[in-house]
This record gives sequence, C-alpha cells and structure tokens, in this order.
Amino acid sequence: MSIDARIADDQPDSFAFTRENEAEAKRIIAKYPKGRQASAVMPLLDLAQRQHDNWIPMKAIEMIAAKLDMAEIRVLEVATFYTMFNLKPVGRYFLQACTTTPCWLRGSDNMMRCIKDRYGISSGETSECGRFTLLEVECLGACVNAPILQVNDDFYEDLDYASTGALLDSLEADSPLPVGSVTGRSGSEADGGATTLQDLKPAE
Amino acid sequence: MPKLTVNGIEVEVEDGATVLHACEEAGVEIPRFCYHDRLSIAGNCRMCLVDMERAPKPIASCAMPAGEGMVIRTDTDRVTKAREGVMEFLLINHPLDCPICDQGGECDLQDQAMGYGFDSSRYEENKRAVEDKHMGPLISTTMTRCIHCTRCVRFATEVAGVPELGAIGRGESMEITTYLEKTLASELSANVIDLCPVGALTSKPYAFTARPWELTKTESVDVMDAVGSNIRVDSRGAQVLRVLPRLNEDINEEWISDKTRYAIDGLRRQRLDKPFIRGRDGKLAPASWDDALGTVAARLKKAKPAAMAAITGDQCDAESMFALKRLFDKLGSGNIDCRQDGAALGGARAGYLFNSTIAGIDEADALLVIGSNPRIEAAVLNARIRRNWLATRLPVAVIGPQMDLTYDAETLGDDPAILADILSGKAKFAAKLKRAKKPMIIIGMGALARPDGAAILGKAHEIADAYGVVAGDWNGFNVLHTAAARVAGLDLGLMPGRGQMDVAGMYKAAEAGKLDVVWLQAADEIDADRLKGAFVIYQGHHGDRGAHIADVILPGAAYTEKDGIYLNTEGRVQYAGRATFPPGEAREDWTIIRALAGRMGVNIGFDSLDELRAELFEIAPHFANQDEVKSARWAKFGGRGKISSTPVAAALDGFYMTCAVSRASETMGQCLTALRADRAQDAAE
Amino acid sequence: MLKDEDRIFTNLYGWMDTGLAGAKKRGDWQNTARLLKLGHDEIVERIKASGLRGRGGAGFPTGLKWSFMPKEVGARPHYLVVNADESEPGTCKDRDIIRHEPHKLLEGCLVAGFAMRAHAAYIYIRGEFVNEARRLQAAIDEAYDAGLLGDNAAKSGWKFDIYLHRGAGAYICGEETALIESLEGKKGQPRLKPPFPAGAGLYGCPTTVNNVESIAVTPTILRRGADWFAGLGKENNTGTKLFCISGHVNRPCNVEEEMGISLRELIEKHAGGVRGGWDNLLAVIPGGSSTPLMPQSVCNTMTMDFDALREAGTGLGTAGVIVMDKSTDIVRAIARLSYFYKHESCGQCTPCREGTGWMWRMMERLVRGDAEIHEIETLEQVTRQVEGHTICALGDAAAWPIQGLIKHFRPEIERRITAHRTAVAVEAAE
Repeated sequence: MSIDARIADDQPDSFAFTRENEAEAKRIIAKYPKGRQASAVMPLLDLAQRQHDNWIPMKAIEMIAAKLDMAEIRVLEVATFYTMFNLKPVGRYFLQACTTTPCWLRGSDNMMRCIKDRYGISSGETSECGRFTLLEVECLGACVNAPILQVNDDFYEDLDYASTGALLDSLEADSPLPVGSVTGRSGSEADGGATTLQDLKPAE
Repeated sequence: MPKLTVNGIEVEVEDGATVLHACEEAGVEIPRFCYHDRLSIAGNCRMCLVDMERAPKPIASCAMPAGEGMVIRTDTDRVTKAREGVMEFLLINHPLDCPICDQGGECDLQDQAMGYGFDSSRYEENKRAVEDKHMGPLISTTMTRCIHCTRCVRFATEVAGVPELGAIGRGESMEITTYLEKTLASELSANVIDLCPVGALTSKPYAFTARPWELTKTESVDVMDAVGSNIRVDSRGAQVLRVLPRLNEDINEEWISDKTRYAIDGLRRQRLDKPFIRGRDGKLAPASWDDALGTVAARLKKAKPAAMAAITGDQCDAESMFALKRLFDKLGSGNIDCRQDGAALGGARAGYLFNSTIAGIDEADALLVIGSNPRIEAAVLNARIRRNWLATRLPVAVIGPQMDLTYDAETLGDDPAILADILSGKAKFAAKLKRAKKPMIIIGMGALARPDGAAILGKAHEIADAYGVVAGDWNGFNVLHTAAARVAGLDLGLMPGRGQMDVAGMYKAAEAGKLDVVWLQAADEIDADRLKGAFVIYQGHHGDRGAHIADVILPGAAYTEKDGIYLNTEGRVQYAGRATFPPGEAREDWTIIRALAGRMGVNIGFDSLDELRAELFEIAPHFANQDEVKSARWAKFGGRGKISSTPVAAALDGFYMTCAVSRASETMGQCLTALRADRAQDAAE
Repeated sequence: MLKDEDRIFTNLYGWMDTGLAGAKKRGDWQNTARLLKLGHDEIVERIKASGLRGRGGAGFPTGLKWSFMPKEVGARPHYLVVNADESEPGTCKDRDIIRHEPHKLLEGCLVAGFAMRAHAAYIYIRGEFVNEARRLQAAIDEAYDAGLLGDNAAKSGWKFDIYLHRGAGAYICGEETALIESLEGKKGQPRLKPPFPAGAGLYGCPTTVNNVESIAVTPTILRRGADWFAGLGKENNTGTKLFCISGHVNRPCNVEEEMGISLRELIEKHAGGVRGGWDNLLAVIPGGSSTPLMPQSVCNTMTMDFDALREAGTGLGTAGVIVMDKSTDIVRAIARLSYFYKHESCGQCTPCREGTGWMWRMMERLVRGDAEIHEIETLEQVTRQVEGHTICALGDAAAWPIQGLIKHFRPEIERRITAHRTAVAVEAAE
C-alpha cells in the first residue's frame, strides 16, 4: 500500500494528551536517560493511539515531535515503519488475523472466511456497520495455539470457522468471550492434557 | 596507519580510513551508490562489497574500517557475482525511462550498469510504481526511480541541518519524502540533486532542457555571495542553462547554495541589451553606442572632477572596477566607492578579510558572530560552521537578532553594548571565548554597514586582542562580506581619499545639487532616489534600481559573460571564465570604459584584457596569484567613536532575492513564495 | 525424556501463581544476593562452563557473549537489553516465560546485568504482546516493591533497574542492532557491524542483547550448577530447551525438553504425533521459519540440537518446530513465508528490499505453476544473490526456506508448472 493511502484524509485540527496521559508521558520519558527522550517516541505514539480511538492523527505526530525535540519527519518515519500504528480510523473491534504459515497450517483460512462471510471484508477493510476492521497480520507469536485472531489488545486462540463465528457474535453483543484459547486450554500445553509437569499441577 | 593489501597491492592508509579508501589508494575502483565522502556511512546499497580474507561473506568496503594486515580482494568471482546481483536488484524496479530522464548521461546507475548489468532482464513481475513527492520549486521528483540510497536524507540532516527529509514506510514500500510534502527549507537544498545517483531527484527549473553532452562547460566563480564558490557554468549557444558546483576543498567543497545554482534564469530577464539615453520626454530610449558614449563623454568633460563620482556594484569583476578607477584617476576625481552599503571598511587588510580562511572554520573552538546571519549570507560557509558544531559542539554566540543557523547558537542580544560587555568579560559568552584556544569572530555587514560601523569594527578589534583571537599562526578575526566584489574593490583602492566623497557624501552632494555626474557600475543596492539630482550613468546588465534612475545606460556583461578576477571574503584570488557572450549589443565592461576613454581622448594605459591585467598586477601583484590567499598582517583598524544603541541587524533580511540577477529570477521568486507560504502555514498552526 | 525435576520452567503453562509469591515458592529470587557474591567474572565463567548457547536463534555461547563487555565501566554505562521481540514464525516460547515465569526473567536480568556490570536493563517486548507486557510490568512493579530491584537490588548492594519497552510491529526488531535502533526511538533498521553492541550499542554504550530464554535460565544454572546444565543434552549442545511444536500435529504445544532429543520423540511424546501418523509426515521446519525445511526422510533420525541440524543443512534456530503433513501445499507454505519476509524487510539494503519482493512474487507464481521450468533456477539464483549480501540476517532468512524447498521439493514445483501449462493448453484448445 502506498504511504498516502495509509494516512487518513480527514484529520482533526488539533491533538493534545489528556491530563492523565500527559502524566503518563512524563513517566514514560523518565524511563530513558536524559537527552535520550526520543526513545519514548513509540510509547507516546501508542499512548496517543489509545487516546484517539485507536488511530494517530498527524497533529499527534507533530505534538510528539515537539515534546521529544524530534523532527516531525523522524516521528512520521517511526509511525509508518511499525505496523501497529494506525494512521487512519479503524473499527471499534480491530481484528488482526494471523495467516502466517503456522496459523495457515492450522486453518487460518477458515477464520478469514468466517469474517468474510459475515462482513464481506478483506484485509484492510472495515465492515459496513463500521465496527469491525480486518487486517491480515504476520506471525503473532502464539503458534502452538494457532490460528490466532487478535481483537484490539487480546489474543483469541485455537480458532476454527465455528468458534470464530461465536467470537464475532460475542463482539457484536459487546460482551467478548474470555481472552485466550477458545478450546479451553489454559496456555501452551497440549490440548487434552500436558505431557510434562503434571505432578506439579495444583489440584483444581 | 594500517597496512593492508588489495588485490596483492600493499597500501598504507590513514587511521580511521575504510577498506573502500584503501582500495582507492591501491588504484582499485569500487562501485558505490550510497557511499559519499561527505556524508555518514549508510552501507545500504551493497554495491561496494569486496572479499576480505577469513570473512565468511563479502563485506561492505565503505563501512569496514581498514585494519592492519587485512587481505582484500575485489577481483574474485564472488565479488563480481555480488555486484552483479546488487545491480540486478537495483534495476528490477527501476523504470526503463532513461530516454526521458534528465539524469541520462550523468547517471551513476546507468554508468555502473554498463559495468555490472546484464543486457536483458529476467524480472517477470510488475515493476513498482511510487508516487512523486512535492519538494518545492527546485527539486523535481520521479520517485519510481529512487534506489533508496538515502544520500538526500543524510545530506539534509547532516550537512544542511534541516532534518526534513526522511524515508517513511518500510521494505519495498519505503518512500523518500519531506514531512507532508513541505518544501525543503534549506538554502542548500538543491545539492540533493547532485547527490542523487539516479534520476529520482532532478532539477525542476532545468527539466527537459538539455542533455549533458550538448553543453559547453566553463569553469567559473559564483558572485551571489562573497564565498566565491567554485562553479561550472553549462551553456548552450547564448544561454546559460545551469550552474553546478566545482570541487574546492578550501571553499565550497562540493556544495553550492540554491541561489548560486538557480538565480541564472535571471540572466535572461530584465537584461540591458542595448544602450539607452533618457530623452527630453523623460523616457529612456534605445540609442547607438556611439550616441551613448558621446553623451557620457560630453557630460564627463563638462563636469568638474570634484562633482563627478562613481559607485561600483557588488558583483563587479576586478578588471571593470580597476578600469573605472583608472578612468576617474585620469579625470582627476577620487570620488569612487566600492561600498554601496556604506560599510566601514578599508585601511588595514586584516580589517576586511576572513583572515582564518574558510577552511580555518574547521579549527575554531569558539565562535562569536556579530551582525551577520551566515546561513543566508554565506550558506555554504555556514554548513562548515555546522559541521564543526556537529563534531565538537562548537560554542557559538550571536550579537544580533534571534535566528536559526542550523546549529545551537546563544543569542546574546542585538544591543551593540554587548560588545563592551564581552570586552569587560561581563557577557556570559566571554568565559567560553577566553577558554578557547582558537577563538573566532565573524563580523558581518549588519554590524559594519551603519554609521558607527567603524567604531564597532574597532571594538571588535579590541575584543580580538583581549581574547587571543589573533595568536601565533591563528588569526580568527573574520569579516564576512556579502559582496563578491568587495575585497577586490578595497584591495584596488576603490575608496575615496581624504576630502573626497564616499557613497554617503555622494547622496548628500546629489541632494544639494552639487553632484553633476554619478557613474553606477552595476550598483543596484543603493538608495537610488537620493541620486536623482545628478546625471546618472548606469553601466550594468540588468534593468534594476540603478538603471531606473539612469540618464544613460551602457549595457555591460553579467558575471557569466566575461573573464574576470574575483577575490572572495578570504581575499582568495579566483579567475572566472566567460561562458557566453553578453546579449545583444551589451559588451564586456572593461571594453566600455576603454571605448569611452578613447572617445574622451584619455589614455588609460591598456587596449586588451591582458594589458589591463598587467597594469592591475602592477598596483596589486597578488591578483596574479590565482587561487591563493595573501594573508594580512594584524594591524590597527577600525575607529574609536561612539557606538549607538541601534540594534545590530543581520546584513541581509532574506536569502533569495539579493541582487539584480536574483531579483530578475523567476525561480528565486518561486522559492520566496514557497518559503512565505510555508511560514504562513507554520504561523497559522 | 527429561524429568520434571530437571525442568527449569515449572510454571510453563501458568498453572501456578505467576506472581512473586508463587515464583519464590518455585525457587526464584532465593538468596539472589549470594549468587551475585560470586562476582561479575565468576558468573560469566560459570555460564560459559554450562555450555549455554543463545536461545534466540543464532546459538552463540551466552557466557562468551557476556565476556565481550568491557571489564571496566568507563564514562559510558553498560546496558543489558533483553530481546523479547519474539516474532519468528513457529516460535512462542518467550511469551510463556513472560506471562507465566516473569520472575525468572527478572532475576535473570539482575544476574546477567550484574555479570556484565550493567545497572540497567531494557526489556524490549513485541508490541502485540499487550497483555504479556502488562503481566511483566506487574512483575517488575512487584519486584521493586519487594526491594528485588532498585538501588540495592535483592540486598546485593548492586543498583539495578529494569525498564519495559514495547515494540510496535516489526519482526526486524528481533535483530539485535535493529532492536537497539528501535529502542533509541528510530526505525528498526539494523546497524552496520562493526562496531558491535558490546563496544557501542544502546546510546553508544557497551550493550549486550540476549534472548528472554537465555536470560531466564541463568539463575537456575547458577543455583543448580553449571555441571548440572552441562550434563543435560549433548556435548556443545547442553541443557534444556523450550520447544514449540506447531502445525500438523495432533496436539500442538510448548514443552521444555533436553537438547538433542530426537525430533520424532519430541513430536510423538509431547505433541500427540503427526496428524495421520509419522508416515503422513511431509516435512518439518525445525527451528522457526528461517530454517530450511527437512523432508520426512531426514526427520526420521534427526535430533534437535544446533550441531545436528546444522549438519543437515538447516538449524535449531528458536526451536520452533513447524510440522507439515502430506496434505500440505508445501509450495504455498513456503510462499507464505516469503510474503512474511517481504512484509518484514526493513527496506534499508538493496538485496533484501528488492530481493524479498521478487522472491515472493516468483513463489506466488510457482504456487499456481504459472512459470517456466528455468525460473526455478532463476529463483534459486536470486536467493543466492540475497544470501550473504545484506546488512543483517533477514536476507538469509528469506532465502533459506526457498532454498530448502527447491532442494527437497523440486519435482513438486516442476509438476505444477507442467500441470499449469497443460491446463492452459487445454483451455486454449477448448
């Protein structure tokens, strides 16, 4: 996708951190040595994105540049290099579907198909209702619980067509399923019972 | 000093040199795109890969420090394959638009493809297309051609000091752009065009104008400021089509300012291409040379020497000034002045030279700037100050208005009284100046071109003495001129003697009706209205301020149209070459004066340029020493009068339109408009 | 099979309290000050003696890496940077450490940081691990509250701070110098080496970047002894290792096992075996997406350690074992990885920026068979033109899976091209 297409046409006229976020920004900047405040650019972009409906307007980029004493282009470079920064609006539920090989081998196509069947959207598109934006993403790092759908901050794991549908149902009802595996695995142990550490498992 | 071998040839290189340097030392050429001597090392193009003994894979020679005992080979199959591979990668997404690309014929990619490319492509996929970016009136972009070497980004960030260019996105979607496609706000911006190894960044004003092999190339010297940047003037027929930098390590290295490069379209507009005489109707009408010279001769003959005067302009060649002075000498008048702006300069040479030399900036360890904005008055020189600051955090302080110099500078204020505070040690910068081993003062026309300029110069002299600005081999006392002609004019004595008129005196005399004739030799930075009382002879090339009040116009040659000698702010003697002939009936300036002298029956002692120069060298022998700086002995200069409280200003208030040529330049006009638009937008935010 | 008592990550699956109290019960933070009393250099020596090799993929000896740090702290402080940017397809082990054993990592940071004379560690965690980052931050806060971090960390007299830094979506930041760039607030573009991080890393200061697992195992190694660790596994491939078994197995999982375990045992004992049985195995990618695949014939006798896998022309990498059964469209499986590398190329250097896109596009055509036979050769050459010519190893990582595919599955690629040609001809005839 060309860069222009990644940046929203409609931009707000201004952006400022809320008072809480202003304080948080200060805490973040303090993590880095004096004079190295540029290190805070990614966390501050994240903070701005969280404050602004999950996307970063250009005014926020300029504000952050000024705050960190960085050139605006340097902040824009960062904002466009990392894929998690949204520079245009996304739906309330931002669906990031991993389709990299380990997820694909475990049926990520079915997960994608379920979303497509329901909302008619492909990667990069937002549902007509405006509440769901789908993005095909690269390996999410939870391969033994594949396939994974990340909904905003949360990973849903071990999905198939049916469970993806159930998950979407729960989102539509604004009452999301518990985060994690939809098959009831607590973590990365083998489904149906781990082969190790069983003796250490506390009684339920 | 590590010793290593390259293809079996043993070489010894400086500490800190790279393998690439070592290869060059051994006479082995290394292809490269991203590497540039004056930029930080990026190592991204991978064209310069070489084999190093014991390294499992080829190394980027541009980035690898040369080490003792290294064994480098550039002639192995592996190296050839690596380079061919890189070349193929660079070409797969590069458009096949060489026939319509302005870089054609001087394109690194084309040249190196000859050496490492294949004659056909095996790339079967669609080529990438990238949207072009707006970068202002000077830089034309065709971003599909970009090979992502990032030279432009590094130049803007490092040399120009305006971190406005960047590479956004990533991977094959990476794109070079300014932030939201703003104009690149640098006086040096167009150097990125030279740096771009392909046709991604090309010259907008020069777009589709010519192919390099059609051009006549003339080595010359720039006159847009007093730096004396070395340039190459490319012309075809009667037209100057472009100006490019020529390498001169002591002056401009390989950069030139945007004005140096692009004011040249002004050479084609507002030109005085025939003589004019103001008629009884008060209007200027074309005339023959015969009539024009006849009119001038008659006026000069009639006038008393005390009632005639001459002012020479900021871009005059030494020969023209010398010829005019010789004529006035013969006519018995000493009313001649090369300081249009009334700058309090003259006397001891050390009092009007950039004594440390421009290269000396590299050695300075503290800098006090008085009444100058080097960024707009001498952009290339300013880049050298910036480089020192980048490397050493050179402490810089300014007496003058607040300004963005592209490096940190402490603004001490614009009150001239600060000079006294520095002298007394009271000012905050005094301690840093005191600590410095090679302190430097740069004093500009903002401090000197004012009624109390002599006193300020005198005060600066005192500061220099008090702070060891001149000590041993070091002379850090520097006058930064804005006029290319000024040092030559001063060296040739184009100043009034005792009882004779300087420019201020001429104004007064003209207003009092006591000035019969004033000769303006391409002098346009004047208060023209105040001279209206006199009969004005304008010898010059543009219909600018001087011509507007002229009674007779003698059309002369602009700097690209004559052989001429210029002394830059250091006093360095440089010879400019003629690239084209003056337009229409205009003539080279010295010949106009020679013809007039003939008409008046005055023998001025020369009939050819060679004879003129011989005469000139008689009185100023150092003019014969091309490219040399005759250093000046530290001596007394400046005055001791009262310094007013008028705030110290910079010499120029803008960069783009500062002379008759640049004021006539549409390109410079566009730059100014773009700059104002961006400033207005910033202000609105 | 490794005995539970020799497992380091006893709360791998998060069954027990992941907080400080639970961690302490499992032995973490027990008398950490005494470990530090060994002294900087002795700790390095013991880690060297344990034979621990970096768990992030390259397998460089961890103790040796630490020993590259200057022995004296000059004007520039030393830094430990923990690479928690886990993004290699097939790999999800560090996630478990972070969310279930965060205190092993934190204590490891103190031990390792002390060994290399650093007073600060930055943990760079991939941005997508939002909840994991929250869990880790909570553990850091807990450790500070308990005096295990801070001015007198674990009463050792050593000041030590740990800061968490979240990434924002860039695989390349798992490359140590790209990670440092990113941590400095720039694009994650790998640096030219030299200088190496131990000389000039974060903020130009001496820095060591270590994988989460490498750091998290060090306190246990010191407690149980280098000999214990070195006694597990094989020579030069010692200790235990977290394996991630994904893809076409009956029960994908993470498991801690002994280095050098046989691949078949790993899959059959812990992951419920290959779907449809061992004979239904087509190929395995043994160590994350960058490592070339192995066909079944190679898998039969393979052991999972650095040296054996390297000899087989592949690698242990991150020990992310991706299993593919005979139903797999192997060309598409690799093509998807090619897309991954194209997507994740930082764009800095020519061979990777241009080569990853070219390789992916050719792979997509090969998936359909829409190519000429000689283009297999072209593709193979392109991978060689990328490999070894880039600033970092991403270029190599993009090239190897394709090389593995061509090496082992060339007939399959040719079959598709022929089939496609026939189909086109038939279509034209109709």
